[in-house]
Amino acid sequence: MKTIGYIIQKEFKQIFRNKGMLPIIFIMPMVQLLILANAATFEIKNIKFAYLDNDRTPTSRALLEKFNASTYFNVLMDYASEKEANSAMLNGDVDVVLEIPPYFERDLIKEKQNELGLTINAIDGATAGVESVYVSQIVQSFNKNLRTELMQASDKINRPIQITTIPSFWYNETLNYKTFMVPGILVLLVTMITLFLSGMNIVREKEIGTLEQINVTPIQKKQFIIGKLFPFWVIGMGLLTIGLIIAKLIFDIPIVGSLALMYAYTSIYIFVVLGIGLFISNFTNTQQQAMFIAWFFMVIFILMSGLFTPIESMPQWAQFITEFNPIKYFVEVMRMVMLKGSSFADILPQMIKTLLYALVMNGLAVWSYKKTN
Amino acid sequence: MENNRVIEVKELTKMFGDFTAVSAITFNVKKGEIFGFLGANGAGKTTAMKMLIGISKPTAGAAKVAGFDVASQAEDIKKNIGYMSQKFALYDDLTVKENITFFGGIYGLTRARIKEKTHKLIEELGLQDLTDKLVGSLPLGWKQKIAFSVSLLHEPKIVFLDEPTGGVDPITRRQFWEMIYKSANNGTTIFVTTHYMDEAEYCDRVSIMVNGKIEALDTPKRLKEQYKAETMNDVFLKLARG
Amino acid sequence: MKRFRGFVIKEFYHIFRDKRSLFILFGMPVAQILLFGFAITNEINNVDIAVLDHSKDATTEEIINSISASEYFSIDQFIEREADIETVFKQGKVKAVLNIEKDFSQKLIKDGKAHVQIITDATDPNTANTIYNYVTAILQKYQQSQNESVGLPYQIVAQTRMVYNPELKSVFMFVPGVMTIILMLVSAMMTSISITREKELGTMEILLVSPLKPFQVIVGKVVPYIFLSVINAIVIVVLSIFIFKMPVEGSLFLLGLESVLFIISALALGILISSIAQTQQTAMMISLMGLMLPVILLSGFIFPISSMPFILQLISNIVPAKWFIIIIKGIMLKGVGLQYIWKETLILLAMTIFFIGLSVKKYKIRLE
Repeated sequence: MKTIGYIIQKEFKQIFRNKGMLPIIFIMPMVQLLILANAATFEIKNIKFAYLDNDRTPTSRALLEKFNASTYFNVLMDYASEKEANSAMLNGDVDVVLEIPPYFERDLIKEKQNELGLTINAIDGATAGVESVYVSQIVQSFNKNLRTELMQASDKINRPIQITTIPSFWYNETLNYKTFMVPGILVLLVTMITLFLSGMNIVREKEIGTLEQINVTPIQKKQFIIGKLFPFWVIGMGLLTIGLIIAKLIFDIPIVGSLALMYAYTSIYIFVVLGIGLFISNFTNTQQQAMFIAWFFMVIFILMSGLFTPIESMPQWAQFITEFNPIKYFVEVMRMVMLKGSSFADILPQMIKTLLYALVMNGLAVWSYKKTN
Repeated sequence: MENNRVIEVKELTKMFGDFTAVSAITFNVKKGEIFGFLGANGAGKTTAMKMLIGISKPTAGAAKVAGFDVASQAEDIKKNIGYMSQKFALYDDLTVKENITFFGGIYGLTRARIKEKTHKLIEELGLQDLTDKLVGSLPLGWKQKIAFSVSLLHEPKIVFLDEPTGGVDPITRRQFWEMIYKSANNGTTIFVTTHYMDEAEYCDRVSIMVNGKIEALDTPKRLKEQYKAETMNDVFLKLARG
Repeated sequence: MKRFRGFVIKEFYHIFRDKRSLFILFGMPVAQILLFGFAITNEINNVDIAVLDHSKDATTEEIINSISASEYFSIDQFIEREADIETVFKQGKVKAVLNIEKDFSQKLIKDGKAHVQIITDATDPNTANTIYNYVTAILQKYQQSQNESVGLPYQIVAQTRMVYNPELKSVFMFVPGVMTIILMLVSAMMTSISITREKELGTMEILLVSPLKPFQVIVGKVVPYIFLSVINAIVIVVLSIFIFKMPVEGSLFLLGLESVLFIISALALGILISSIAQTQQTAMMISLMGLMLPVILLSGFIFPISSMPFILQLISNIVPAKWFIIIIKGIMLKGVGLQYIWKETLILLAMTIFFIGLSVKKYKIRLE
């Protein structure tokens, strides 16, 4: 027991003495949190919109006015020809082009079919889909009003039916992406730092030669590994705390659920990450290799965490892989506890899986550390 | 364990794939001896030593250190030996005092003991001004002396020194060997590898490894007689050529 | 020149002898692109929703069927009370609840309108918004089909043309991004580590004492990585084309040139990092921690830059990845030639020169 204490003491001293690393461990993540949390948004606004008005009648202008008034669209230009519009889209100047055909007004009143042409840059398919919906909402609303006006004169009995949808966004009424992203990014940052630090740690001692010296002492594997885990665990929890303070003070993220539960979960979660890092460190010979491997997993973990793209949208085999992604559980727990106020019972499955993961990874880390080769 | 022998090695072998680094070496070391384990670079000295200190498993053969078997009782061996690695492995980013405290603690010394030993070590080496300096900032000679002292903190029966004087000036080397003598006089067995043949003169007995085998094992005096050489250096040259 | 060549060959040896690193340098990008190409998608599929139907009549049944028939949604359960909504959300079982009001059919017939409340779990606001939009679209389609059969006058119809990606495949959106990220991180990371390693081990001094000029040392260290990265780039592009069916509407040659430019800019960034970092550890932490998130978040890879706050849009301009993504998408999906992407190309070039210039300057100061 005392032995572990000596190792912990040494590790702390080394970490805090490393003047170059301290800002990277503490300041860089927080700066990133502040800046990047603002970046993560799927809100679609300022859509680069242009039109080709081949009709130029009060009706066409009225339709275009609707787009001008909409907050989603940024009406940029009015093109004279299709060629111009296409060129602009190729150049990236515009993403949505609405073409109003000639005789639009005339044909509408005469009840002849005439079509609006809508061209959307669909490289980002999801955004394109939403843009299309927005356009269609504006067009339909315009259509409805127009029809009502025009129909006052005649006596049609067959009225159109209208099904209105009313949105209700629970836990995040204003669809504030920050509510979701800030805790998410915090998780990523904490994970990255703890993974990289633990990943490089043992390998570093291997490279400089102190590991050999340690292996000749009577210290036990368990003691050594636990002694190394603890300081990084403290750093991870520290980062989480600072991050949460920033989240609350600067971003005003609601913390609906139990903070204690968040901390309890995170404390187990960090052990998983550390276990993975130490395990990697045992198998590599150079810091470079360790970092590459850690990075490999990190990128996969990040992109498949459900933070940026929903896990439910992934193919089954990919969803299976995410079962082994610790970040996925953290993101789930965080959304559930912080934002929805879920209880311990609700997150029990994630807790158990994470605990198991922690035990397995750290067990592997201890087992794979060989004092004798 | 036979009364006097602290290290007993029989046909100890280490192979890496097809390559035989240590080939069936056999020797014994008596308590209190300064045993020089010589050989050219790459002869297999370090590999052999690693087996004796319990961080490398032998491919074949057997050895006992401090009465414990190297293959099955490595952890027990570690409690009873001290080690100074080739890289002097002290932590560069810890101070002298912190290094002593750390290693003392790892070896299970009590706080009081550590304090006592630290004081003693600093006195003996004259490190009063340097206690709180980072080891990384000290010149090589100091590091080496401190590393040696640290290896003795827990008063082990045997101390293994791997090329302890590499890259150090002659005066410091001399001082270092004085420290070794002192330890040996106190009953500690010293097992030292080196490729400086002149240091062989300082040992009680010497073995010379060539290509994984022990080609010579005796006191320096007798070896010089046997090979009709003036210095151990010459003995080695004759062996290596022969 | 011969000395330089000898130096470069030595660097190649270093790299090829480190089998593990090599495996990672080549294996990883491949594994990642395969993984992400298939796994990362914005499309929603079979999202679990619950239905709270207060009317339970023929019309609501039709509506519910049209929703469950869609590939986007899957009806997980029917709930009976408003109180259940909170429960299912807390349990995390469904992402949305359709709350259909009472007397739905009657209201439609009598007043011509009725409501469906779409309650979404907006802890993931993006999915929530998408769900809302898609359900609305499905209901509108249903509404339209009912109205059409009635024969409605004054109908405005929009003919929509989705260009560059008619099938709305999310692969098209993400693969260029994944390519960029992998190339950027691997290149920057590799160089920064390689150089600081020599610094740390002390062999850098030996190199500098040799007749090689500092500039040659730096360039020499980078050259092998250019080769490696180009090979990586080729593999990635080939995989994208054959496995993900990414088109290359534009010139493959131009794509190649631009990729090389980007690789050099990433390598130059790596050198810059190594000139600031003292130890390997620091270099790696900076290139990974410092680059990873900003590149993922600010390059336009996943999040549209135009939606970000103005300051961030400005900052994103200094992320080389942003420009390269525009270039790749332009060449591969839009089929543009240099005339449409000269601006971005110039910016990348300028950045590269800037990084290299700054690194050489820093190196000179440090070592002399």
